[in-house]
This record gives sequence, C-alpha cells and structure tokens, in this order.
Amino acid sequence: MIWNRPMEAMKRADLEKLQIERLKKTVERVYHNVPAYREKMQAAGLTPMDVQSLEDLRRLPFTVKQDLRDHYPFGLFASPMRDIVRLHASSGTTGNPIVVGYTRRDLDNWSELMARTLTCAGADTDSVVQVGYGYGLFTGGLGAHYGAEKVGATVVPISGGNTKRQIKLMQDFGTTILACTPSYALFLAETLQESGIPRDKLRLKAGIFGAEPWTEEMRRELEYRLQITAIDIYGLSEVMGPGVASECPVKNGLHIFEDHFIPEIIDPVTEEPLPYGEKGELVFTTITKEGFPVIRYRTRDISVLHVEPCACGRTHVRMSKVSGRTDDMVIIRGVNVFPSQVESVLLSLGLTEPHYVLVIDRVGTLDTLEVWVEVSEKMFSDEIRSMERIERTIQRELESLLGLTARVRLVEPKSIERSEGKAKRVIDRRKLS
Amino acid sequence: MKVQQISVFLENKSGRLATLTRTLANENINIRALSIADTTDFGILRLIVDKPDAAYLALKRSGFTVSETSVIAVAIPDHPGGLAGIMDVLAGAKINIEYLYALPEKTPDKALVIFRVERLDDAIQVLQSHGIGVLKGEEVYGL
Repeated sequence: MIWNRPMEAMKRADLEKLQIERLKKTVERVYHNVPAYREKMQAAGLTPMDVQSLEDLRRLPFTVKQDLRDHYPFGLFASPMRDIVRLHASSGTTGNPIVVGYTRRDLDNWSELMARTLTCAGADTDSVVQVGYGYGLFTGGLGAHYGAEKVGATVVPISGGNTKRQIKLMQDFGTTILACTPSYALFLAETLQESGIPRDKLRLKAGIFGAEPWTEEMRRELEYRLQITAIDIYGLSEVMGPGVASECPVKNGLHIFEDHFIPEIIDPVTEEPLPYGEKGELVFTTITKEGFPVIRYRTRDISVLHVEPCACGRTHVRMSKVSGRTDDMVIIRGVNVFPSQVESVLLSLGLTEPHYVLVIDRVGTLDTLEVWVEVSEKMFSDEIRSMERIERTIQRELESLLGLTARVRLVEPKSIERSEGKAKRVIDRRKLS
Repeated sequence: MKVQQISVFLENKSGRLATLTRTLANENINIRALSIADTTDFGILRLIVDKPDAAYLALKRSGFTVSETSVIAVAIPDHPGGLAGIMDVLAGAKINIEYLYALPEKTPDKALVIFRVERLDDAIQVLQSHGIGVLKGEEVYGL
C-alpha cells in the first residue's frame, strides 16, 4: 500500500519540476522573512533570483546546528508568531535548546508524511498503533501520533517508559504496530520474553523504529524476538521530526519524501556535494515548510543516496540506513569509530546479548577502548577458557573491522543501563582540554 | 554417579558475592563446597549445594547467569600419594581434567575431591574399575 500514490510514485521529471517550484518559493520566503538567511545570502552575493534550478541549490550557504542555537528561540522562524501553532525543542543538554515552530499547514504536512510512513509499515484503519516515543517537546511522540490518526488507526498514546504497562496494554488493546526507538524495542522484547507471555497473545505485526541509528543485524534480532517486520524511519526535529524518510516493505533504503525535502550528500570535510551512490553527510533543504524552513541543513548523519527505481513503486530517492553520526563518531587513536560498527560485529557473532557500551579512556597519552558487553545465558560456560575465547573472538572481529585494538569485557546481564529512549552507547572518560 | 554443580558468572565488583550468598540463604540452601576461577574482569563461581535445582532457579530469578554442570566426586585415600594414584588412573585413560577442588572433609580416612573432566562416563568407569570410590549425587548433597 502507498498512502499518496500521485506524490510518492510521481515520475522523477515531474518531481524535479515540483521541487524547483517549491525550492524557489522557500528561498524567497527565508530571504524576505528571516534576516539571518538574508544576511548569509547577501554575504555570498546571492539573491533569490539566483536560484532557478536544482543545481543552483549548491550555491546557497549551509545551515548548521550552531546557527539554530545562535538564533534561539525564534530567530529563524519564517512565519509570524500568530501563525505558529506548535513548538518543539531539543533537550539542550549542551547549551540553548533548538526550537522549531510549525504553522497549521506544517502540522498537516507532517501528519501526511507520518501517514505515509505508517502505511509503509502496513498501517490502516484496523491498526492499533502504540506510540512509545516520548510525548512532549521531543517530536517523536506527537509526530507518530498525528500520523496514526491521519491514517485512521487507533492510537495508544502511551509515550516512552513504563515497560510493564506497555506490555499489558500491548496485550489487552491488541496493538498491531509499535512505534519507539530500536533500543527500547529490544528492551521490550527482552521483558516480554521474561514475562512468559505466549506470542499468540499478541497481535503485533510491525514496528516503526527510529530516532537513533541501528543496524541490519539489530533488525534481524528485533524481527526474530518480536516476530514482526521492523521498519526503519528517519527524521530530525530541525527538518520536521519523524517523517522525513521511511523504509518501504522492500527494506532496501529509506524513501526520502522528496516532494517536501531535497536531500544532498556532501563530503563532511570539503563540503563538496557527492554523486548518488557515494557515502557522506546528509544535507536537507525543506521545500514546503512555512514556520521553520531550513536551507541545506547539515544533519551530521552518514548515509548514501540511491536513485534506482524501487520494487515498491515509489520513485523517491532512497537513503541507506544511517551508518552513524559524525558527532556520534568517536576518534580513538586517530581512528574513526561508530558505535553502530561495534553493534554489527556483536550481533553478527551472536555470542553475547546485544547490549553494549563503548568505554573510552586515556592512559598516559594513549587512548584505550573497552567494549562492555553482556554475557548471554546461552553462551555461558563454566570453563574460563571458553569464556575467554568469546572475548578473544569479539576482540579479533572488532580489530579487523575497526583497525584498532579494543579490550572486550564481559559483564553480567542487565548491568548495562536500559534506555527508554535513545540508548547511550559511549562513555568517554578522556579528559580533553 | 554424577554430581550437579551450579556455575555462576560473576563480574569482579564488590557486593556480587554477597548478593549471591544472600539469595541462597533466603531459599534455605546450604553450600557444601565452592571454588572461584577468575580473570581480571570476571569470575566463575562453582558451587555444590544441597538442593541444586532450587539453587539454579533462585539464582536465575535474581538475574544471575547460571548453568548446571555435571562433575564427579571422588573419595581419595587420605595419605601421601592418594591423589597421585587417581591422577595416574585418569592419565592412563587419557582423560583430561578441566579443574578440580576439594570438599571439606567429613570422613576420617578419605578426602573428597570434585573433578570436572572430559568424557565423564569413561572417567567414572575407569575409576570404579580401579576400585576408587565415586560418590552418588545424593551422598554429596547430603553430606
């Protein structure tokens, strides 16, 4: 099923025409309504007239997270406050939060995009959608909520946390679609297993999991443990919230809803745009947003764009699963390491539980990496040497993938903190001045 | 002739052993013998208790990683060369020993030693054929 076939399966030539038209409007809007964008364009010697084609987009300056912080709270809004009907904000643990505003039409578009996303996971009017993303200033909860209502499904707005209750309602209300972070889904799966509730007491069919990068191996794990189809969804508050891109049932990349967003991939160092098929940093320009449009927003997410036709019939470009974030990336002894790389090694070996944390420290002048991972009941042996063999196998695989020696440390089950939202995968103890 | 031993994965951090022994105490389980093998990060605690199944369940419920392993308990003559004699028998049959530890002695002329060996059944047979006493599980649990 495709929610909006005319848009989602539009011929690419027509799509590009639509994008140019919308891009021009957006550039005009920010130029006239947002001093910060106007000043940046003027500094680059540009006016809205200079943007006549999709290629011209590359002439516009980038927007980065710091720009958003610098104009806290409403400095980048392109609509007067009387037209803004909703605010969302990041947690702002490292300074001013990032605040985004939505007009009525923005909210309608957002619901439309989440309806497309949920339809990708098989949602319809008979579905019961349990929204386990946090409600509140975070965009996850309300984004999924309005999309599910738009589809006409029954929404269970339980928000994150309260795992026992999640499971009880999942059972009692006959939840068919679960929406939450993949790490929380894993925790739910684990708790379900322990509770001994037989699978046939649940009607769960699919999950839409996002808000943090996760691997193909994690998908297999979730699909196996929960007996569902697991769909990766993508979004970020700065651009819209969830509903920027979603996997279709083919699960070969996430379709970016290109009638609303223009994606680019750039080299994060040279900032040069890269062709389809090359890996780099995702950059988005919104082309329908009124309240908080962004021009060439650098997401820090690493992905690859594919434009080849998809078997599902949608024509929108596909982004590969985000393989990491340039700011999740840790540099250890000069080597770039993403937690998702460690995850893929652990899950493909299957010797331990899929719960892990990277602990980085500095001894003298040397960085050290320890990977703590929970011992699995299945693989537990009372012989020290077989346990040490597990540690060595993981260590060897990590070393060959990362090009870095990591000390593997087996820890007791449940000793790594479970997250009800985004998982914390890195503990960096280095004192960097 | 086999004895059920409980093995538990323990991280090397303070309080774990206290939690574990308290868990057993609450279930009224008595420890007959124990041994710990450890590395820098973790240890494996091996236990012989009076009620192995109950101990296994109680520890699992408390979130420990537990397994049950079959071992043998051998009565060894309590004089110089006693253990050496047993070792000769096992070596002669080419049976490798993974580990062993002693039980607190309760008989005047025999020492009791727990063996974890490869090819458990062969080991029992060869020991018995040399007239060496291998204890039944119930005998050990009830000591």
